[in-house]
Amino acid sequence: MSFINYSSREINCKIVYYGPGLCGKTTNLQYIYNKTNPEAKGKMISLATETERTLFFDFLPLSLGEIRGFRTRFHLYTVPGQVFYDASRKLILKGVDGVVFCGDSQIERMEANIESLDNLRTNLAEQGYDLDKLPYVVQYNKRDLPNAAPMAELEETLNPTKVPQFEAVATKGNGVFDTLKAVAKLVLTELRKGS
Amino acid sequence: MGNNLVMYEEELQQINRICDTLHKEANAKAVLVIDKNGQAIAQGGEVEHLDVTSLSSLTAGNVAATGGIAQLLSEKEFAGQFHEGERTNVHLSIVAQRLILVVLFDERSSLGLVRLRVRKAALELTATIDQLVKKSESSAQPSVFAEITDADIDNLFND
Ligand SMILES: Nc1nc2c(ncn2[C@@H]2O[C@H](COP(=O)(O)OP(=O)(O)O)[C@@H](O)[C@H]2O)c(=O)[nH]1
Ligand SMILES: [Mg+2]
Repeated sequence: MSFINYSSREINCKIVYYGPGLCGKTTNLQYIYNKTNPEAKGKMISLATETERTLFFDFLPLSLGEIRGFRTRFHLYTVPGQVFYDASRKLILKGVDGVVFCGDSQIERMEANIESLDNLRTNLAEQGYDLDKLPYVVQYNKRDLPNAAPMAELEETLNPTKVPQFEAVATKGNGVFDTLKAVAKLVLTELRKGS
Repeated sequence: MGNNLVMYEEELQQINRICDTLHKEANAKAVLVIDKNGQAIAQGGEVEHLDVTSLSSLTAGNVAATGGIAQLLSEKEFAGQFHEGERTNVHLSIVAQRLILVVLFDERSSLGLVRLRVRKAALELTATIDQLVKKSESSAQPSVFAEITDADIDNLFND
């Protein structure tokens, strides 16, 4: 649910990073925050527990520049990954314009990935959204780890609809901006369709 | 209101006026109007020192969480909330089902006065939003977005 302000000439969109706990969603936002010019970003907010696990959400407002005289602003959110925070995840999906599914490449986390992806579909459906109709990309994070599953296997299991996908090492920033750009582009393309 | 919230000059001015009036009549420090999804829409009063973007996102998160609690308790959405601080108090109310009206006030005002003034402002805001809905339903979307090219989108990322 983007917010188009003809008066201040702004487009505001909401992008949600979804995925199992500890897959690297917060790390994605932190990297984006650290690499963005001060004038293009607001404060990054993390509602986290003492152990730095995301409790409710992380929030990062970003300004990407102008398009046809409209300033484009993206609000990036992450969800808490732990299974028991399902109620919070549902709330954060409200009004979403684009989704990044952040998968954990480690073979041991395959089940957690599958569960989280199912959960994403279910929670979106509850809000009246269809993942297949939303701007949506997949990121395979932690490609640096020795126990990372082969890409082909991840693709087959987590990306049956073949949406744009990116390999990432969020701690180093690899793939982080590619992922963001891809989803932002899909969101703007959707806007053009006038949905 | 369709998929997207669309704001036009005329209605934004009306909303700004409502904020200014509420700010004065409630003796408030500041007034914010926020979309339920966390986007700041309009402000009145002393907002220079406020991080409006962060406040908007957190307020929307708060209202969403409280709404979730209401649902669990089979309550209707709580219409209002009040947070008491040492120096600043916060009054939140949901308007026209999709806006959050926030009033920040201190000892120069009182909860009673704020509630009274919010009630009137909420009616006016609802009327403005109704007008906005009609407008965005009747007028076809201006073509600016239809004219966006792939190159325009790519240019956004050329840094
Ligand atoms: N090796 C490696 N570790 C990562 C990567 N991305 C994140 N991490 C680490 O994984 C842990 C969890 O990351 P976090 O962003 O908090 O996960 P979240 O629960 O999805 O928000 C942290 O210790 C990160 O440093 C990566 O690409 N490679
Ligand atoms: Mg996190």
